[in-house]
Amino acid sequence: MYNEKVMEVFKDPKNMGEVENYNGIGTVGNEVCGDIMQITLRIEDNIIKDAKFKTFGCAAAVASSSTATGMIIGKTVEEALALTNKEVIEELQGLPPQKIHCSVLAEEAIREAVNDYRRRVAEGTAK
Amino acid sequence: MQSIYLDHAATTPLSEKAFEAMKPYFTEVFGNPNSQHVYGREGAKAVNDARQLIASCIGAKPSEIYFTSCGTEADNWAVKGAALQYQSKGKHIITSIIEHPAVYTTCKQLEKYGWEVTYLPVDNEGFVNPSDLEAAIREDTVLVSIMFANNEIGTIEPIKELAEIAHKHGVLFHTDAVQATGAVRYDVKDLGVDMLSMSAHKFYGPKGMGVLYIRNGVKMEKFLSGGEQERAHRGGTSNTPGIVGMSVALEEAMANLEEDAKYVASLRDHFVSRVCAEIDDIMYNGAKDTSKRLPNNASFSFRYIEGESILFSLDLAGISASSGSACSSGSLEPSRTLLAIGVPVGTAHGSIRFTFGKHNTMEQVDYTVDELVKIVKKLRAMSPLYKK
Repeated sequence: MYNEKVMEVFKDPKNMGEVENYNGIGTVGNEVCGDIMQITLRIEDNIIKDAKFKTFGCAAAVASSSTATGMIIGKTVEEALALTNKEVIEELQGLPPQKIHCSVLAEEAIREAVNDYRRRVAEGTAK
Repeated sequence: MQSIYLDHAATTPLSEKAFEAMKPYFTEVFGNPNSQHVYGREGAKAVNDARQLIASCIGAKPSEIYFTSCGTEADNWAVKGAALQYQSKGKHIITSIIEHPAVYTTCKQLEKYGWEVTYLPVDNEGFVNPSDLEAAIREDTVLVSIMFANNEIGTIEPIKELAEIAHKHGVLFHTDAVQATGAVRYDVKDLGVDMLSMSAHKFYGPKGMGVLYIRNGVKMEKFLSGGEQERAHRGGTSNTPGIVGMSVALEEAMANLEEDAKYVASLRDHFVSRVCAEIDDIMYNGAKDTSKRLPNNASFSFRYIEGESILFSLDLAGISASSGSACSSGSLEPSRTLLAIGVPVGTAHGSIRFTFGKHNTMEQVDYTVDELVKIVKKLRAMSPLYKK
C-alpha cells in the first residue's frame, strides 16, 4: 500500500518528540478518528529554529509529520505557513488516497503551532 | 529476517495432502461431473465421495451438504435464501452485532428491501445472551443467524442453547461456523442448527470453496439459479479439485483436531501471558475462559497507539498479524466487534489480532513478543497521548 519512501520515513522518523523551550504548539485531529498530531516549534527572529512532532496515528501520519517538520526547519514563519499538504505528499513520493488526510493534518498542525506562537507574542508570553 | 505468519484467521496454507489429492482433478480427471459420459462419471464420483466425507466429519447426511464458492456465499445464501423462502410468513431476522460482514452486510442489504433486522448486543467478552434472543423473537421472525465463533476476538457463542430457543418458537437457526470448523469439534445434529456455513481455506483447505449445510426438511430458496447441480439448489459447474481438496483438508483437520488445538492454544497462552506481563496499558479482548474461545486467537488493544502503525512495524520485523482497526480496511470506523464489547473508540484503533497455526513454533512466539515490546515502546514514545 505504501511506497518505499513512506516506509523508510516511518521506519526511522526524524524530529520525533517535543522541542525543549518550544514557543509554539499545535495539536490537531482526535482519538476517535484515529489520528492526533502535535507539533512543537522553537521560533527565533521569525525563523523556525526547531520543529518536532508527536503522532498517534497510522504509518502515513507518522511519515507526514516527520517529513513536514523536516521541511520547515530553517524556514521563515511565512514559508512554514505556506507549506501545503501537496508538497508533503510530493516529498513522500505519494500517499494512498485514503491517507491524504494525514498530510492535511501535518499542514494544519504547523498552522496551529504558528498561530499559537503569534498568540504568545501578542500576549507577551512568548519565551 | 524471519518470516512469521500469525494471521491464520485470515487464511491458512493449503495442506500438502489436500494439494496432492486435488492435482489429478485439474488435468487428467477434468470431466464435468454433470456430464453423462465416463469423464463426467469420474468427476461425479469424486464429488460424491467428497460430499460423503464432509458430511461424516460434521455428523450430517451427504444430501445436506451444498457446495459453494466460499464462506461468504454460504452465509449470503443462508440469510437471503431463508428471507426469500419465508417472506410470506414474515420479514424479521435476528442476528448479532458482531457478525462477520458476510452476514452483517447481507442483513443490511435486506433492510433496504423491506426486511427488519434485530442486531443482538453482546457482553464485554462478546457473548450473546440467550435471554436477549428469546426476547427479540416475534411472530414474524423467520431466521436467527448467530456466528459460531467470532473472527476478531475468538469468542465461541452458546450455539446449542441459542438454536434451542429459536426452535422453541419455530424459527430457523443458521450459524456461520467459518472460524470454528477445524478448530472446534461439533456435530450438526447435536448442535441442533438448521444451517451452517464453512470455508475450506480456514482449515488448510483450498481458497474458493465453502459449504452450506442445510438440514434435510428445511425448505430453502436457491441462491444461484442455473443447472441441476447441488440438487438444483446451486447452479454452476462443480469445482471438482476444490471440493476434493476441501474434503481431504477437513478430514485431516478433524483427525488431528484435539492435538492441533492443544498445541495452538499452548502457543497462544504463552503469547498472552508474556504480553500481559511485559506490556502495560493493554486490553485483552474476547472470552477470558479459554474453553469458550478459539484456540488460535489472541486480540489485544494497546492504549495510546494506533493499530496500523503497530501492524506495519510488525511487518517490518517479519511478523504478519492483522489490525482490528480501521485503517487497514480503508474505513475510518474502528471495528464494530470491539466497540460492541465496550472497547473505547480511541483504544479500539490500537487493536491487533494474532491468530496462530499448527506450523508456528514457540521460538516464533517469543520473537514476536520481543519485537512487540520494542514496537509498543517506540510508538508510545512518539504518541502525544502517552504521558509516562
